This record gives sequence, structure tokens and C-alpha cells, in this order.
Amino acid sequence: MTVAPKREDYDVVVIGAGPAGLAAAATSAEAGLSTLLLDENVGPGGQVFRAIASTPVTDRNQLGADYWAGADLVQSLRASSAEVIHRAIVWSLDRNLEIAVSIGGASAFVKAKRVILATGALERPFPIPGWTLPGVMTAGAAQTMLKSSALVPDGRTVIAGQGPLLWLLAAQILRLDGRIDRILDTTERGNYFAALPHAFAFLTSPYFAKGLSMMREVKAKVQVVSGVTELSASGDGQLASVSYVAGGKRETIPVDLLLLHQGVVPNVNLAMSAGVEHRWDDLQLCWSPVLDASGNSTIPGIAIAGDGAGIGGASAAVVRGRIAALAAVEALSPAAAAKLPAMATLRSDLAKAERGRVFLDTLFRPAPQFRIPSGETIVCRCEEVTAKDVLDSVAIGATGPNQLKAYRRTGMGPCQGRLCGLTVTELMAQARGKTPQEIGYYRLRAPVKPITLAELAAVPKSEADVKAVVRG
Amino acid sequence: MFKRSEQDKRPPVKIFVDGVAVAARQGDTVSAALLASGCDARRATAVSGAPRLPYCMMGVCFDCLVTIDGVGNRQGCLVPVAEGMQIEIQKGKREIGK
Repeated sequence: MTVAPKREDYDVVVIGAGPAGLAAAATSAEAGLSTLLLDENVGPGGQVFRAIASTPVTDRNQLGADYWAGADLVQSLRASSAEVIHRAIVWSLDRNLEIAVSIGGASAFVKAKRVILATGALERPFPIPGWTLPGVMTAGAAQTMLKSSALVPDGRTVIAGQGPLLWLLAAQILRLDGRIDRILDTTERGNYFAALPHAFAFLTSPYFAKGLSMMREVKAKVQVVSGVTELSASGDGQLASVSYVAGGKRETIPVDLLLLHQGVVPNVNLAMSAGVEHRWDDLQLCWSPVLDASGNSTIPGIAIAGDGAGIGGASAAVVRGRIAALAAVEALSPAAAAKLPAMATLRSDLAKAERGRVFLDTLFRPAPQFRIPSGETIVCRCEEVTAKDVLDSVAIGATGPNQLKAYRRTGMGPCQGRLCGLTVTELMAQARGKTPQEIGYYRLRAPVKPITLAELAAVPKSEADVKAVVRG
Repeated sequence: MFKRSEQDKRPPVKIFVDGVAVAARQGDTVSAALLASGCDARRATAVSGAPRLPYCMMGVCFDCLVTIDGVGNRQGCLVPVAEGMQIEIQKGKREIGK
């Protein structure tokens, strides 16, 4: 599995083997383009279809039909001529479409005529007091363990937050005889009214019936507390209890495992480091790349598909992957494009897949208190910087996330801002009375994943490379 | 914190955590195997020495950093277990030469 790419040049390089990347790579390869798919994980699937080719959870009802839809995508990819490399860590992409990838501890370089980024989403930071304690994890983390290793919670477990994934995870844990003691729903009551105007599209989308039956399934077995505020976790070196306010009453319960979730946001690191322009999305409260209708970014040759292009869910991601691949085929091999489904068909598929999304985004828009922490709550997990530290820096002159690095090293740890970036932007925006767009984001640079100096030093160098840095 | 579902029929893989033999399953990541093992897998952070366990399990948070077969700062959630693998819980910064 851990072999270097077979060639130095490809027509299309797809990064990420989730729904969008699988669909894009298969489409591109079927059209006869030389296609390389690079993926960080052990097997295909990304997060939604994680471990689709290897999961020990073989009873299809437990993970559900939406999960197993991923098997067809993997089959199409495997039937195609696309070259696929897993456990491949892409650490650089530049505007010349040169890609550096670390495979088995050695770096390789490939050049593409088109790059399709399908780096997907990550869970929105959930910075509450105590969120760094051992025993506090994301809901997605628990789902990853469930899908890839059939592991389920068996201690006292609380799930807190909001959004479709939370209910899906709860249903899956219960189906596998795992334990959930309580679900703390943090959805703000006002969101229900705000979402109402978008209800028709949602009611007529496939999300509605599925979501309703899942919530019923979970509520029949688990106590659900709604309108939860002031959530915090505490313990001495290990999670011991969770505290919250609901219905005007504070409650503290002993807990072994707390699973947090308040939606997902685009994983922007690679795209931003390549120089792709991003804008603040006021509805989804995150950075989204500036794209045309085919997913082309502001850097010629780089397209973005899937949740990395703005959160749309798995079905939309598959279609966006096909659209980005079709655009690449149209550009590189127009004759082959004629044999693929027409762009108009794909765009109408996408509209169908995105139906109901605005309702979900509005209903599950996380509350300010769970996005913008205060006091001693940790913002940057890597460098252990608190909200108070950030605000103190603002008070003495830090103007934005990049200046803050010099004051506090926020975003300079190994996660490179993935777990603090949105919080820092919103916190500084609020403190300075500016919009997140005005405050901006970290200037991200390669390597976007840490690699060792030894690996960098072992990279083959041309004479010109050496001359560029050696005097005389 | 976590238990294995009975339907999991994957073959066992023996790994060592700080020298102690631990039963994992083929296809587990190092982090999943550690969390399933019941052993104290808390690392200590490089900055304050605070105890941490994996948070995201998908390669973004770096709270799963661990020494694997003598190499420090590996993301345990992205590395599959292998027979005889030597895991060391990382306390503090990665050491030079490790």
C-alpha cells in the first residue's frame, strides 16, 4: 500500500478519498485521464464512509443504507484505472500544481494538470471549559471508532451538542449495544423560528423522514434534555463530571465519556496554503472557498469538491466530485467528456442533493456561547492558550490571527489552527467590533502536515535547487 | 470507556504499550487499540504536561501523538497496528533522535 506514485505527471490528482474524491477520481479515470488519488487514511471512504471496505460492523442495518451507499463508489473507483495511494500525507500544494506527499516516511513530488481537492470537513471546535480533558472527544471520533473497529461507549456516556450527526451517532451506538446515559441538546430555541421559512424545502427532502425516524429511535431509549446552556466538563486529569443549565436549573452529573458535536466545517488548510481565496460564510459560520459553478477555485487548475467547498453533505459531495471531474475532462480531453453524464444533469442532481440544507444550517447554527468562549477556557489546544490570553493580547494591540501568533503562538502547534482557527477569528472579531471577514484567518503555509527535517533533507535536489540557497 | 462489539471477528494483533503486551485487532488504529485496551494511554502535553487522550480520531487534533517503534510524534489515529508494534505513551515533547 505504501508505495510511491508510479509517475511524476498526472492529468488529474485528487486529494482525499471520501465521497467527493472517490466520485471525482472514478469519473476522471473512466474518461481516460491519468488519475492519481491520494488519501491520508488506511482505506477509502473519508469520514462518512469510513472503513467502508473493512468495517467489522457487517449487519447492514446497524450503520444504515446511507453508509453502505459508499460501497458502490469504492467499487466504481476500483473498476477504473485510477491509481490510489492510501496513508499518503499531502503536505504541500502550490499554484504551479506541484504536490508534495509523504508516503511511508519518504516524500514524493508529482505534478498535475488539474488538482481536485476533496479534503472534506472536520468537526467545528467546541471550546467549553474542560474540553481538553481525557474522556472528552468529538462525536465524530466515537463514530470513527464504531465504524472502523466496532468500538462503542460502555461507561457513563453523555452526548452534547446539535446537528444531524449527533442523532445518527446515537442511533448507531444504541444499535451496537453501546451505552448513552443522556443527550444534551444545545440547539437554541430561536433557531426553530429562524428555520421555519426554509421548512418546506426540508420537509420535501430525504433528510426529513430519515432524521425524524432516527430521533424517535434514540428518544425511545435515552433521556434527551433540550435547551442546554452553560455546558462544562470537569475532572482532575480525567473527565469526572459534566455540568449544564436547562430550564433554569443547573445540573451536574458524573460521566466517563463526553462526546461533543456542533456541526462540521470545511477543512481548508491545504486549499488556503495553495492560495485559494476563501470568504467568511455568515450562515455556516466558517471559511468557504470562492468557487465557480464547476468547483474551480481562484487558482487556475485547482478545483474543490465535497464539504471542503462548503458543507453540503455526502450526497452533494458525490455530485460535486463528478462535476469537478467533468470540468477537468472537458478542459483536458473534450472528446471524452461527451461520453460522461451532461453537466446540466449533474447540476440538477446537485440541486436535489442540496435541498433542505439551508433549513439544517439555520436550525443547527451553533450558539455564540459555544463558539466564542471566555475566561480560562482553552482556545488553542496545542499551545494551551485561553480565551483570556487572546483577549489580553487584543487589549495590547494584536489585530488579527496572524499577529496573535507572535503574541501567543496560537495556531502554531501541530494542528496548525484546525482546532482553534475559527474560535480565534470569531473571538477577535467580537473583541474588536469587526466582522470575521475583516479579521481574517491564519496565513497557512506548507508543510500543512508536520514532516520531519530528516524527510525534508532526504528530498532529491537538483543543481538549481542548491544554487538557489547557497552563496558563491 | 469503550468496549468491543461481539460481532467483531477480526483476528487479534499483539502490540506492546510501554513494554506490556496488549491485544488489538487487525485494522485497529494505534489510538483505537489504546482506547479499547483499558490501559492508561494519557500522554502529557509538550507545553504544560497536561494529560490528554485522542480527541478527533481523524487526523486533525494531534492529541493522539505517540511514539511508535521508536519514532515520536506519530498520529496514532492514522497508523494501523501491526504485530509486535512497540508503543510508548509520549510524556512531554518529542525527544531528539526519537
